[in-house]
Formats: sequence, C-alpha cells, structure tokens
Amino acid sequence: MESWANVIMKKAFKHGSQNTIDQLKTIGRELSMGTQGNWLSSKEYLDLVKAIGEAKSKAEEERIVMAEIEHLKKRIMEPDVPRKKMKEYIIRLVYVEMLGHDASFGYIYAVKMTHDDNLLCKRSGYLATTLFLNEDHDLIILIVNTIQKDLKSDNYLVVCAALTAVCKLINEETIPAVLPQVVDLLGHPKEQVRKKAVMALHRFQQRSPSSMSHLLTKFRQILCDKDPSVMSAALCALFDLVSADVKGFKNLTASFVSILKQVAEHRLPKAYDYHRTPAPFIQIKLLKILALLGAGDKHASENMYSVLVDVIKKNEPGKGDPGSNITNAILYECICTITAIMANSKLLGLAAEITSRFLKSDSHNYKYMGIDALGRVIEINPDFAEEHQLSVIDCLEDQDDTLKRKTLDLLYKMTKSSNVEVIVDRMISYMRTLSDAHNKTEIATRIIELTERFAPSNQWFIQTMNQVFELAGDLVPVKVAHDLMRLLSKGAGEDDEEADSLLRSSAVESYLQLLAEPKLPSILLQVACWVLGEYGTADGTHNADDIIGKLCDVAEAHPGDNVVKGYAITAITKICSFEIGAGREVQLIPECRSFVDDLLASHSTDLQQRAYELQVFLGLGADLVRKVLPVNGSGEEIEFDRELPFLQEFVDSALANGARPYLDENERLGVDSGMSSFVSSSRSHHEPSHGLRFEAYETPTLAVSSGSAAVPSSLLPDFEESVTEPTRSVRNQTDSSQVDLLGPEVARLRLDGVQRKWGRTSGSSQPSPAPTPVSEQQRRGSGVSEGASSNNESSPAEPRHDTYSSSFEGKKVQRVIPAEKQRLAASLFGGSSVQKGSSGGVNGGVKASNAAGNVRPSEKGVPSRPVAGSGKEKNWSAAEPKQASSSLMDLVDMSGDDLLPVHDSKASYDPFKGLEGLLGVPSTAASSTPAGLGKSTMDFMSLYDSAPVVSQSASSLAGDSDVLPLGHRRSGGMDGANGVEGGLMDLNMLPSVSPLAGLGELAQSSSSSSPSTGVSDKKGPSRQHSLQKDAASRQVGVTPTGANPALFQDLFG
Amino acid sequence: MIHFVLLISRQGKVRLTKWYSPYTQKERTKVIRELSGMILSRGPKLCNFLEWRGLKVVYKRYASLYFCMCVDADDNELETLEIIHHFVEILDRYFGNVCELDLIFNFHKAYYILDEVLIAGELQETSKKSVARVIAAQDTLIEHAKEQSNSLSNIIAQATK
Repeated sequence: MESWANVIMKKAFKHGSQNTIDQLKTIGRELSMGTQGNWLSSKEYLDLVKAIGEAKSKAEEERIVMAEIEHLKKRIMEPDVPRKKMKEYIIRLVYVEMLGHDASFGYIYAVKMTHDDNLLCKRSGYLATTLFLNEDHDLIILIVNTIQKDLKSDNYLVVCAALTAVCKLINEETIPAVLPQVVDLLGHPKEQVRKKAVMALHRFQQRSPSSMSHLLTKFRQILCDKDPSVMSAALCALFDLVSADVKGFKNLTASFVSILKQVAEHRLPKAYDYHRTPAPFIQIKLLKILALLGAGDKHASENMYSVLVDVIKKNEPGKGDPGSNITNAILYECICTITAIMANSKLLGLAAEITSRFLKSDSHNYKYMGIDALGRVIEINPDFAEEHQLSVIDCLEDQDDTLKRKTLDLLYKMTKSSNVEVIVDRMISYMRTLSDAHNKTEIATRIIELTERFAPSNQWFIQTMNQVFELAGDLVPVKVAHDLMRLLSKGAGEDDEEADSLLRSSAVESYLQLLAEPKLPSILLQVACWVLGEYGTADGTHNADDIIGKLCDVAEAHPGDNVVKGYAITAITKICSFEIGAGREVQLIPECRSFVDDLLASHSTDLQQRAYELQVFLGLGADLVRKVLPVNGSGEEIEFDRELPFLQEFVDSALANGARPYLDENERLGVDSGMSSFVSSSRSHHEPSHGLRFEAYETPTLAVSSGSAAVPSSLLPDFEESVTEPTRSVRNQTDSSQVDLLGPEVARLRLDGVQRKWGRTSGSSQPSPAPTPVSEQQRRGSGVSEGASSNNESSPAEPRHDTYSSSFEGKKVQRVIPAEKQRLAASLFGGSSVQKGSSGGVNGGVKASNAAGNVRPSEKGVPSRPVAGSGKEKNWSAAEPKQASSSLMDLVDMSGDDLLPVHDSKASYDPFKGLEGLLGVPSTAASSTPAGLGKSTMDFMSLYDSAPVVSQSASSLAGDSDVLPLGHRRSGGMDGANGVEGGLMDLNMLPSVSPLAGLGELAQSSSSSSPSTGVSDKKGPSRQHSLQKDAASRQVGVTPTGANPALFQDLFG
Repeated sequence: MIHFVLLISRQGKVRLTKWYSPYTQKERTKVIRELSGMILSRGPKLCNFLEWRGLKVVYKRYASLYFCMCVDADDNELETLEIIHHFVEILDRYFGNVCELDLIFNFHKAYYILDEVLIAGELQETSKKSVARVIAAQDTLIEHAKEQSNSLSNIIAQATK
C-alpha cells in the first residue's frame, strides 16, 4: 500500500519539491489551465495569496495581512456591497483568520450571510461561521433562527449545510430549539441528510445527555438503516452511549457481532471498500463497541470469539508481508478488544502473535503500536513480556522521542519492587531531557507514584523525591512534599527509633549538601528548611548556629519567596527552642538577628507573627519551651473531635429558642431537589433553570412563598451575639437561610435532620467528656447505640475505626498490618476477584492492579536487590549483549515467583509499611489526615490543636471557655484541603488568640491530656477505590437478556 | 474523536485549519506554532505520532504538505493515519492530481470536502464515491448559480429536480 500511495502522491504533488517561489511562478499557468471551480478568482484575492506566498519573513507576512485586514474592514462596512463581493470578502476573512489573525470585526457579516436566500452565499456564510465561532460565542443566538428555517428547507443541500452548522454551533442552551427538527430529519429520504442528522444528534448527546434521554431508542432504530453510511454514523453515537451505560446496551451485543460479521464478509457495497479492505472504519468502530460490551462479561465475550477470529484471519497478511496499514489498524483494534473482553486462550495467542509481528517490524509506527499492544497483553499474561525484552529495550534506546515515551509507559505498567529502581532511574534521566511542563508533570507524577508504591527503602525514597523536586520543581503537587515530611517525621512506622534517626540524619546531610547548589525550586527549599528545623540538631553532629546560618542563607537567597521565608523562620524557631529546651543558652548569630529584624517589619503579617513568636520563645523558660515545642513533636498524632461536643449546650439552647437544626449539604440538596416544585412551581423540571427557552412561557401561577428573607433575620441575632468570629456567622447565615427555603411545611424532615446530625453527639453532650478526649471506641459505641447516624458509618469506614482504636493501644498496630498482608497475599494467589477487591480496599490494593502474580518480594530480599539492579544498569550502557539480556530478565520479568512472606519478625524492614501513610490522599472533611499534615508543616498548629483539650478541661473546671473553643473550631473546621495555608491562616486571622495565650493552661493540663490517637495511618487512596469498583463490576458481571430482537436480519438484504 | 485538523506546509505555513473542539484564537495560534515546530523537526524515519498534552497528534507528510490530526489518547493511530489518507485521496480525486497550489487557492473547497468527510470530529463518510457525489451536486449547483445568480427560483428548481 505504501508504494501505491507514493505513486499517487508523487504524481499528485509534482510541484512539491520545488520551493514556494517557483510554485508561485506557475500560478498563472495553473490558473489559465483553469483548475476547476475557480469561481472565486478575483484579482485582489489572487494578489493577496500570492503576496503572502512570496513573503520573505514572518514580519512581511504580518504586514501584508494587517493591510488586508484594514482594507477589508473599510470595504465590508460600506453600504450595499454586492452579494458576490461580500462572499469574497468573507472568504478572505477566513483566510486571514486561518493565518492566525483576528477577524472578529467580520463575524457579524458572516452570520448575516447565512440569512441569504442564495444557496451559494448561504453555504459560504455557514462555512465562515463554523470556522469563526465556537459554540459559546454571543452571535450564535442570531443564527439559530436561520438554522431552524433551513432545516425545514426542501432543498437537501440547504438542509445539509444547516446540519453541518448545527454540529459545530449549537450549544447546550440552543439544543431544544432545533432538536425536534433534527429528529424529524431522521426520516428524510436522502441518506446524506439522515447521516448528518444522526451526527448532529450524536453531538447533542455529547453536549447535553439529559436532553437526549428520550431518544435512546432512536439510535437503535437508526442502526437498521438501509444505508451503510447512516448506520456507521449511528455507531459513533452508540459508542458514546455504550461507554456511558454498558448495561443498557448488552442486548445489542449479538446485533453488533452480526454486523461485524457481515462487514468482514464483504457484504457492504464496493464503494465502502478502502484499499480492498471492506469498510475498515466501520469494523474498527464495531470492535471498539464490542470491547466495551465484553469487558468483564463472560457471556457477551463468548459471543464474540468466532467473529474476532474471523476478522483476524481475514486481515492477517501472508508470511513475510508486513500487511497494509489499514489491515494492521484493524488487527491492532482486535488486540485492544481481545485484551478488554474476557478472552479465551486462543484469541490471546492470536493477539500475542500480532503483537510480536508489530514489535519485530522495521517501521516505527508498527513498533509504537506493538509497544502499546504489549502493554495490553501483559496485563493479562505477564509472562509474554519476557519474549520481547530485547525489542522493548531497543525501543527504549531509540532516538524517536515518541517511541521512547511509549516504552516508558509500558515500563510503568510493568514496574514492581524488584525493578523499580532501574525503571525510575530511566524515567528520571528521561525527565532531565524534557523541557515542556506538561510532559514533565506527567512523568513526575508517575515517578512519584511508583516511588511511593514500590520504594525498597526510605532512604532511596527520599533521594528519588529530591531528584524529582529538583528537576520538576514547582510542577510537583505540594502534597508530595508534605508526604515526604510526614514519612520523615513518622519514620518507618515501627518502633525502631535508631533506624528513624539514622534516616533523619541522612536526610539532614543530603539537604545540607543540596542547599549548596545555587538554584533550587521553592518546594525543595521548603522541605529542606523543614527537615533542618526539625532534625538539624537532633543527632548532635551539627551545631545549632551552623544550621541557623544555613537557614538564614536560604531565606536571604530568596527574598521574594514568602513561603520559603516562613519555613525558614519557623525552622529557626524550632532549633532555638530545642536548644533552650536542652538547657543551653541561645544567642542569635548576627545575620539571624538581622533576618528576624527584617521579618518583624515585614509586610506579610504571617512572617511578622512568626518572627514575634520566635522572640517570645527566646524569652521563655526551658521547661515551658519543652512543652510547647517538644523535640520531634511532629511525629505525634493529633486528635480531632469533629463532633464538637462542647458546643452542644449552645446548640441545644439555640434549638430550644427556635433555631433550625443543621442539615448537612447532601441532605439539604437532596431535600431541595425534592422540594423544587414546592419552592418554585412555575419552573419546569427537566430544563436547566438558566437555559434559554424557546417556547412561550406558560401563565404564571401563584408560587408558594418561602419566607426565606424573614426567618433568618430573626434567627441571626442569636448567633451574632455569641459567635464573635465573622466568617463563622456568615456561614451560619447561609446555612440557615438555605434551610429556611424549605419553609415550615417540612416539619417531619426537620426532625430527621436533628437526629441525623446531632444525634451522635448528644450522647457525649450530657457528661462533657472532661479531661481526656473521647476515645474512638466510646464514641463509636454511642454512635451505634443511637442508631441514628447509620448513614455516616458507611462500611468502608469501619476498618479505619478499628485501626484507630487499636493504634490507641500502641503496639497493636504492628500486628494489624501483617494480618492484612497475609490476607492480601492469600487473596492474590487464591485468585478470586472478590477477595482481591476487598483486601485491596483495606491495604495496598494498588498492588492488585498489577496483573496476577506481581506481588511484593520477600521483605528480607529487598535490600540486596537494589544493589544488583543498579549494577546491572551499568552493564546496559556498556551494551554487552549477554549481560544485557540477563539484566533484561530482571527488568521485564513479570513471572510471579516473588511470594509475599507471612512475616511477623519485628526486625524485618518493611518499606511498604513506611509508605502506607503516603498512599493516603488527604480526603476532605471526612478524614483527619490534614490534621497530621498541617501539624507536620507548621508547628504552631499544634498549639491550636491541643487547645480543645485544654479548653475542655478548663471548661469543666472553670466553665469559662469562650475564646478557645472557637479557635479550635476554626482549626478543626479548616479542612485538609488547605494544608499549610490552613495553618497560616490561623495565625493570621486569630491574632488575638495567640498560641501563647493558652500556654499557662497548657502547662498545667498537658500532663493530664492523654496521648492522641493515631489518625492518618490508613487512608483510602482513590486507586483502591477504583480497584474495588473494578472488582465489583467484574464480580457482578451482567447477564445479557436472552432473546434479541432480530434487528439485522434484513439489514444488508 | 478528532479535535482538530491542520494542514501545514514544509515552511510552516498554515494551509487549512479545522477545529472540532473549542479553542480560542489565541490558543489556536499557540497550538499551531507549537505543533508545527514539533512536527517539522521530526526525521523521516520516525513514527508518525506525537503525544501532546494528553492527546495524540498523528501526522503524515505528502510532498510539501503535512496533514495533522489531533485525536484522543485512546484512539487508534493507524486508523487516524488512514483517515488522513482517505481525505487526501478524495482531494486527489476531486482536484485531479491535487497539489499544494490547489489547496492554497481553493482552500474553501478543501473545507467543503472536509466537511463531507468529517463531521463533529468523527469520520462520517467512508465511501469516496458518495463524497464525490455530494460535492459534485454542490458544484453543479454553484456553477448554475453563477450563471443565473439573479434568479433564485431557478436554483431551487434545479436543486430539487
């Protein structure tokens, strides 16, 4: 085929090899020869094109175009421009716009031209408007009327032109205006019109699925259209519909299979052949749909086996023949389908065969497709990769950037603990070569993910992260930096203090070295400052003054970066207080003195605050400072009591005074939609409320008055008196007014709300849970016994609760995780998808995503692996084939010979455990990870966080707790999304509640406040959820309904 | 789906652009500049695909012209290559030995043809014959219109005959 195409093209582009000037010299000849349809060849236009073609430089071209724009502007606005002239102007506008200049002054004329009665002008108008306008342009509304009229035209060409415009221009708001007419056109006698109408409906479906829901059956009918092009248009739409809702279309499986069979058997008219392949584009579309339908459905998949074999056989080239591009396109699509459905071994064998042929091909295109296909095949059969290691390595070393990236994608899929270092190393060196932000972000995300999942040691993890920070800098999400800090502060998650402190001091060393480099991204500096502040002096090798000097240097080198400065001053504060706490005299070195003085006068209140705090700390006594900023304080957990039981009294009294109960957002919205007819009876349901309406408004009916304005005003004073903090009261206002919308009629619902929201805490409200925070156990117990909040206690949360309570008892944690691992291992090798899913939900379900046997290697084996791996890595570059192949085994080996040992020995070093916390995505309000986060970044947070404890005890003693609870409430309510900023804001916005205010009480009561419970050990990362979902869908499967209406028997007659 | 189609000459001049997803004029210019830089600098032996901003660009060079299509990441690249070729064959059939000059001076025609091949970012017509038929029908109408551009009723009569 390739050669065939070349012949055509050589012939066709006979001028191609000459340069433009030469080409333009032939223009006259070309034109005199009368290239057909040169109806637009006015002198001016030709001159323009010619001038632009001859332009020597970009600047010259620019000048010509600008002159043209000026010219057109003047001419187009003249009154009474003849139609033909106007059409030419419009085409010239298109030309100008195509060259990248703004022609918006002429848009309105293009729109006007669509109103023209002359079909010629109309089509030019439509062409120009579709090229000029996006669907959200203001002028669209002017064109809707014309389109409506044209859709009714009895000239099918007019209708076609209008439909083409519909596909591009009609947006969500204007769909209702044309929808009925487009649907009518499905019955048009001309197949071109029907086809375009289907495509228009498809476009509507993409824009606004809700407005199309009543038309789903239409698409099924169109599938039986007697014209193949209409049928293929319907396939486009059906593909989208099926991917949105697979279950609803299961019963069409047999129909699609039979269509594919007929197409493959060459039953369509010859006109649909493409290079002697019968309707390949239709075949590919069908294969895509089948892939969707067969995924996770054994029964549906079985129906497809024979047709897939047929298609492959028909397209498989003879031996030694590379096959044409189009047959290979079909074959590739077959691989995609086979790997997506539940295929049998025969099909998988075929897919593997085709894949190897692609990989062995000389063409880069086929290699690329082969790598992609290999990635799909090994997800089912990991052993297959081994055979092709060499090809994969070739592609990895190839000079073609696209191919290289694709191969890295493949490696990413194949990563496991044994090869993670090699692969991440490759990725990092690739990242070095990149310059554009998008690619960098993508590869950085991948590296981070792999590192978090498979890191063999914390040391390696930190080093890799540093490299990523260094290379990708601010493209890395801040969360990753926080995770890194958390890892350092928590250590390996075991009681091995020695290992932890080793890790920390090695981190300190590495950052001290890094800081010597001239230009570092802000995020890396933040991490470095934090680490130096927290652990800089911990192991005693570094003198406090040295570290402080370094920190001052950092801050000095980045005068514009307030965040880094904030981290630096906080770190200095920590070091000073550690010194004071250790009973040593602290004398700030001069440069630090001047840095602090700078900050004291800073414009940023945050920095100012921190500087003042440092000064206060310097003046405090040793034991007090020890309490406030304990050494390694960020490793401790913070307890959040989200139920705010100490506010119960206030709430009760407010309720007693007639305030409305709080409904949480979901309930509010749920009730709201239910009540929408109530609130505004004139508004119709199925239309977006702000959408344009094209029918007349119905006569207004008397709406039920909601009285939302009156009630809150009577309510609010209550709140504002007692709640001094402004934002708080604003929130209350909105809450109550929203609830009020429902009006007093919903008394029953209101009661529900009371129980739902406040029921749980009411238990703890009676006896205020004095000096100690409510233990999770207790709280849970009360929640269950109340039985009201079953909603909140959804089952996935259960295990987490378990872990809390067990972590409460300290060492129990260690026992929990191995047990989970045992289950993971067992379920992985048991092979049942159900177990897999459930265990994945609890623990590192990520692992399960890597196909079958890919399990963590024995824990003890890990430390030795990395060394071997990196050694081999060097061999690669030496390009000694023999050694290379052995190392390739290492890289590509997917055979599941690594078993997960059932381990309980304390000494064994478990990277996974250390990383568990990292997998956690700080979820929203529900989880309290953010607490840990904010804490680890900002030590002052701890003051607020411990405030509740203080205040609770204080309140039980003195009954006076007006200010502090508020402070706590804010910091508690400050959700994790805010992270550090949350901490910062606290400092900014609550200057009156200085952290030091609570010190006196803290000093007294901190001894009585019990250690906080663990919170952030287990978080459900989204990957786990997706896995669970996947497993669930696989498990559920769907049995297609049996009898299929024989839709297609008469299809191709 | 196809997000946009670009025709770029070897010198980086734009010959045709068609956008199926919304891009502002500024973005369009940026995309064209970025892609033409990437595509024109690629060697002849390399593969015809580019991964770009989470999408894929498939391009093919015909003499002095690069035909580029930007598709979703999960689309079939080989198929996209063939869609390009399909379009080129139709152009060739219509212009009779199509060359860059045809497209320079008749770019609006190329747009009309493209509108018959692709619609809303999807391949709508896989039969070269029927594309040719529709375009011919439009052309005869236009030729006719040229002759009698004043008499609208005649045009309609002609078209509905």
